[in-house]
Amino acid sequence: MASNIQSSGERGDMIKDEQAQRFIIEGAGCASCVVKIENALKATSGVTSAEMNFADRTVLVTGSAKTDQLIKAVESAGYQAKPFSEELGSDALDEKEKTESAYYKTLVKDTVIALSVGIPLMIYGLFIGQMTVETNFERAAWLVVGLVTLGVMYFSGKRFYIGAWKSFLNHSANMDTLIALGTGTARLYSLVVVFVPDALPIMARNVYFEATTMIIGLINLGLALEIKARGKTSEAIKRLIGLQAKTAIVIRNNKEVKIAIEQVLLDDIVKIRPGEKIPVDGVVVNGHTSIDESMLTGEPMPVEKKQDDEVVAGTLNKSGLIQFRATRVGKDTALAHIINMVKRAQNSKPPIGRLADVISAYFVPIVMIISVLSALAWLNFGPEPVVAFALASATTVLIIACPCALGLATPMSVMVGVGKAAEAGVLIRNGEALQTSSRITAMIIDKTGTITEGTPKVTDIVLANAQSEDEILKLAASIESGSEHPLAQAIVDSAQSRNLKLLEIDGFNAITGLGVEADCDNKSLLLGNEKLMQQKNIALTDFVDKAQDLAKQAKTPLFFAIDGELAAIIAVADPIKTDSIEAIRRLQENGIRVVMLTGDNQETAVAVAKEAGISEFFAEVLPKDKADKVRELQAAGEIVGMTGDGINDAPALALANVGFAIGTGTDVAIESADITLMRGSLHGLADAIAISKATLGNIKQNLVGAFIYNLAGIPIAAGVLYPFFGLLLSPVIAGAAMAFSSLTVVSNANRLRFFKAQKK
Amino acid sequence: MIIINIAGVALIGLIVWWFWLYKPSTSSTLKDDTTIEVKDGVYSPSVVQVPANKPVTLRFALKDQSPCAEMLLIPDLDVSEQLKFAEVTKIKLTDLAPGEYDFNCQMKMYRGILKVV
Repeated sequence: MASNIQSSGERGDMIKDEQAQRFIIEGAGCASCVVKIENALKATSGVTSAEMNFADRTVLVTGSAKTDQLIKAVESAGYQAKPFSEELGSDALDEKEKTESAYYKTLVKDTVIALSVGIPLMIYGLFIGQMTVETNFERAAWLVVGLVTLGVMYFSGKRFYIGAWKSFLNHSANMDTLIALGTGTARLYSLVVVFVPDALPIMARNVYFEATTMIIGLINLGLALEIKARGKTSEAIKRLIGLQAKTAIVIRNNKEVKIAIEQVLLDDIVKIRPGEKIPVDGVVVNGHTSIDESMLTGEPMPVEKKQDDEVVAGTLNKSGLIQFRATRVGKDTALAHIINMVKRAQNSKPPIGRLADVISAYFVPIVMIISVLSALAWLNFGPEPVVAFALASATTVLIIACPCALGLATPMSVMVGVGKAAEAGVLIRNGEALQTSSRITAMIIDKTGTITEGTPKVTDIVLANAQSEDEILKLAASIESGSEHPLAQAIVDSAQSRNLKLLEIDGFNAITGLGVEADCDNKSLLLGNEKLMQQKNIALTDFVDKAQDLAKQAKTPLFFAIDGELAAIIAVADPIKTDSIEAIRRLQENGIRVVMLTGDNQETAVAVAKEAGISEFFAEVLPKDKADKVRELQAAGEIVGMTGDGINDAPALALANVGFAIGTGTDVAIESADITLMRGSLHGLADAIAISKATLGNIKQNLVGAFIYNLAGIPIAAGVLYPFFGLLLSPVIAGAAMAFSSLTVVSNANRLRFFKAQKK
Repeated sequence: MIIINIAGVALIGLIVWWFWLYKPSTSSTLKDDTTIEVKDGVYSPSVVQVPANKPVTLRFALKDQSPCAEMLLIPDLDVSEQLKFAEVTKIKLTDLAPGEYDFNCQMKMYRGILKVV
C-alpha cells in the first residue's frame, strides 16, 4: 500500500483530501436549526456531506473544506461553531497548568513584597527598638511605616479583603474573612496609636504594622507552597489524561491520513505501528501484535491481539503492525470513561468527611465570636495594658483558626487515594465505596472467572470402552456443539484444537440439570452426570470412583455413553488463576473472612476452595440465590464485599456493602459495581482494600490533626495559658501556624502517592 | 466597662444574626443568559431559581485563580465539575424535582442554592 501520510499542522491547512471534521454548534435551540446549519455547510465549496446530531449539538462535515471556512459558514447561518475537542484533551490540562503556574507566580510575588517589608520591621521590633509611640518623631516615623504597610496590604493582600467583603455581603464567611478581620483589627489599632495616642494608656501604645505584613506574607507563602503540593495530588489523573494519543493514522480512500484524534470517526480503519499508542477503541481487522495494557489495568504482562480482538485507547502497541476498525471514539472510549469516573470519584466525599463539612459551615462565625469573647475577657480580667492584650488575643484567635485544614483534610486524601487506585487498575465509584471497603469484614467471591480462569478446559479423558480419545472427543463435541453451556464449550474447543471434524447429529435433547442425548453416526450418544447414567441404566462399575477422584482434583467429570455402554469419562476443569491463592491470602491477612460462592457441585467446590486456601464456601448456589448469601452474612453482622463478573452477579453486587466487579481487561462500564477491577487478577481486590484502608487512615490523620490544631490553637491564641505560664502567642506566630497547617494536610495526603499497591 | 461588655455581646448577636439567622429573600430566576460568576469567595448570583422538570443549563464563569474555586459540586444531583479559569462552563440538568439543591466548591467556602420550583 502506498504510504501517503499528511502532517496535521495547522487546523486550517490540514485538510487536503476527503476529511471528516466535527464541530460543536452553539445557539441551535430547535430541530429546524439542523436543516439550516446543514444547508449552510453543504453550500460551502468542498463539502461533500454535513450531518448534524441535534442531541449532542455536533455536526460532522466531510469534504476538503478548511476548518475556518466551515466555521464561517455556520456563523453566517446565525450560529456559533467550534472544532470539537474532548474536554479530556491534554490541551485543557496544559491550560490548567498554565493558570496554576500564573497563580503561583502571583503568590510568590506577593509573598516577597510582604516579607521584604515585614521581616525588617520584625527584626527592628525584636532586637533594635520598640514598636511604641511616645514622641512626635516616633509618630511621624510610624506614620511613614503605616503608609508603606498600607501599600503592602493593597498589593499583596487585596484579594483577602475583597473576598472577605463580598462574602460578608453574601452573609457568608470564609478564610478571607478571618485574615481580613485579623489584620484589619491590628492595623486599625495601630492607626489609633499613631493618630490619637492619648486615647490609650502609655503601655498600650504599641503598633502592629509588622504583624499585618508578616501575616499577609506568610499566608501567601503557605498558599504558594500549597499550590505546588496540590499539583502533585492530581498526578494520577494527569497521567491518565496523558495516555490519550493526539493524532491517529486512518485509511481513507486507500490513503493513509494523519489526523487529530477528535476527527477519527466510527468505523474508520486505524493503522498502528509498533511503539504507538492506540488512539481510539476498536476491533483488530488485520495483523497481530502484543499490547501493553498495564497503564489501564495494572496488568504487567502484554496481551496478545489478533483479528477480532478488542484494542483500547491509551494502551501501547508493542510489537506488530495492526489495523483496526474504530468502535468507540471521543468521549465514548473506555479511557474517557475511566478518566470521568476517576474525576468524579476524586471529588466525591466519603461520609467521614461530613462532620468536617458541618463544622466548616459554622466555623468562621464561631471563631469570630470566640475572638470577641477573648477580647472581652482580657478587657475585664486581664493585666495592664488591657487594651493591647485584648487586641493581640482577638487578632491572634482570628489568624490562627484555619478552616482550610479541616476542609482540605478529606478531599485531598480522596484525590490521591482514588488516583492511586486507578493506577493499580482499581476504579472506585465514589468516596462512600472507598470508605466502606476499608471496613469490609467478609468478602464473598464468586468462583468462576474470579478465582478461576472462567474458561473451562478438557483436562482428562478416561477411556472405558472406546478406541481413542479423538474418537470420543469428536462424538462428544458433535453433540455439544449446539449447547451454550460452558462445559460444552470446553469440549468443542478441545475438539477444535485437535482439528477434529464435527459430525451431523439427530434428535438432540437437553435434559436439564443432567446432560444431553443425541444420535450421531448411527450411534445413540449420552453425555452427562452420574444421575443421567443411573436414569438410563448405564453400568458405571469402578468408574464412579475414578470420577470421584477427578472431582477431588477440582475437575468436573462427564460420563459419555455410546449405545447404552459407558465409553469414557471426560473431565473438564476451570483452572485456578495462578495468583488467586496469593491474593486470597493477602485478604485473609487483612483479617477478612473470605467466602467462596459457586454453582458447581460440592466436590469441585471443596477441591477449588482447598487449593485456593478458602475454608468457607457455598456450593451449588443458583445465580438468583447469590444475593441471599450476601444477606445472610450481613445479618450475621458482617460488612460484606461481593466480588463477581458484574453480569450474573448484579443483584448480589448491588446488595453487598461494596460490590466489586472484575472486568476483563478494560470493560469498565459495570454499573452495578462500587469498585471495578480492570485487571482479571484477584490482586486487584486485595489492592483495592489496601488502598482504601491507607486512604481512610490518611483522612483520619488529617482530620485529627486539623481538629487538634484548631482545638488547641484557638484557646492558646485567646490566652488560656497566660494565667499559668505567662504565654501569649504573637499574631505573627499564629499567621505562620495557620499558613502551614493547611500545607501540612496537603503534604500528608501526598504521602499516599508512595503507597505501593501489590506486594511482589 | 459595662458599655464595652454590652457592645461586645451586641457584636456577638450581630455575628449570629448576620451569618446564621439571616435568610436571603431574593433569588435570581435563571434566564438563558444568566451566568453565575465565581470570584472572590462567592457565587453571584448565589441563589438561582429554575423551573422544575425542564432542561436547565447553568453557566458558571470562573474568574478566580485560586484552586479552591475550581470545583463545582451539586452533591444531591451527583454533579462534580471542574470549572475552567476565564471560561464559561455549562452544566446541563434535566428533569429536576422541585426542591432546594446546594451547590458549593469542594471545601464549601463558596456556597449557593439552586431553587427548583
